[in-house]
Amino acid sequence: MSKQPASTPLWEVFIRPRNGLNHKHVGSLHAADGDLALQAARDVYTRRGEGNSIWVVLSKEIIASDPDLSEENFDPSSDKIYRHPSFYEIPDDIGHM
Amino acid sequence: MYSQGLIGADSETEESEEFLAAFQARIDREEKIEPNDPMPQGYRKTLVRQIGQHAHSEIVGMLPEGNWITRAPTLRRKIALLAKVQDEGGHGLYLYCAAETLGVSREQMTEELLSGKAKYSSIFNYPTPSWADIGAIGWLVDGAAIMNQVPLCRCSFGPYARAMVRVCKEESFHQRQGYELMMTLTEGTDAQREMAQDALNRWWWPSLMMFGPHDSESSNSDQSMLWKIKRFSNDELRQKFVDATVPQAERIGLTVPDPDLKWNPEKNDGEGGYDFGAIDWDEFWRVVKGGGPMNRDRIAARTKAWEDGAWVREAALAHAEKRKQRMQAAKVAAE
Ligand SMILES: [Fe+2]
Ligand SMILES: [Fe+2]
Repeated sequence: MSKQPASTPLWEVFIRPRNGLNHKHVGSLHAADGDLALQAARDVYTRRGEGNSIWVVLSKEIIASDPDLSEENFDPSSDKIYRHPSFYEIPDDIGHM
Repeated sequence: MYSQGLIGADSETEESEEFLAAFQARIDREEKIEPNDPMPQGYRKTLVRQIGQHAHSEIVGMLPEGNWITRAPTLRRKIALLAKVQDEGGHGLYLYCAAETLGVSREQMTEELLSGKAKYSSIFNYPTPSWADIGAIGWLVDGAAIMNQVPLCRCSFGPYARAMVRVCKEESFHQRQGYELMMTLTEGTDAQREMAQDALNRWWWPSLMMFGPHDSESSNSDQSMLWKIKRFSNDELRQKFVDATVPQAERIGLTVPDPDLKWNPEKNDGEGGYDFGAIDWDEFWRVVKGGGPMNRDRIAARTKAWEDGAWVREAALAHAEKRKQRMQAAKVAAE
């Protein structure tokens, strides 16, 4: 190990509030490895019944989209009205469809 | 707890007019700014400084109360205090992580705290000589912090706002346990009542100082309001705190140590509010700059914790590295 100690890695924490829901990002923390990250996540993010399952992921392993490209990536596609049910005409007496 | 009106920040910025106008337009539309979004240097610097100060305040704020954990008078009080101090540690961690999204490292922030370069709330440089101080801190210091932090939940910077939502959820028990503790003392013996009054006498003015300098003295405030980092000025928040707290003191038979305190029906656009006496800003600046009764102790305690923990951090990293290599070797052998 070098003289100048390496910094402790950063992990992103995801918690599932209860069965039936998605894991949701809640924040991050520093830990040397995955086991310690899970323990720390339990202490830091679930002191009041916030969840029943935790995921931790090394922050540097996350691949994120480029915010500069968000306009072209996430165009609201308002010209593509055929993607919506109201685009299609169906007789009223068919009822709910 | 525990943000304080920001102490000294450099909101200077050098981008083009066009860039700044586009950024301001996003803020004005109440869009949240996320870590990888383009942002003016001054916005980033102000937030790094403010979130860093806020995080340090949570961590240093564990010390004055931690002082009483082993001496709490009952088991009920002890578990409550332990839970509160643990929460404050958590608040510090949420906030450090929010600051880290802006490109500053935890090590760097810690070094700045220990070297005195970064500030923390001046309130934690006062000592806690009596048990009633624990009541006064929960009631007044957490109370002042809540006033400050509730509007920060709507801060324009997403990670800070989200951290504040978690923090505010946890804060409300802190203030209630402090007030209940004070109330219990005021219902006790004469000596206990005096102890409660003495604590209020010592914590009242430092609590008012937590909101930071007057608006007229606080040059960065305007820019922070424009960028919607702040939603209310220091003086507005201080007034809200006084108006909320004075009746709470009266309710438990304690006297706010301010001879100039007076109800003024004209205040707050005719809704009424309290006029209060002049704050000793010389004391405030003396304490911020290191001259408070406990500044040296606080930094010494944080330095000791950081240095004593160094071998643990190093050992954990070495262990993680060793395990990783063993697993890789096993994988290679299996192939
Ligand atoms: Fe806190
Ligand atoms: Fe608190």
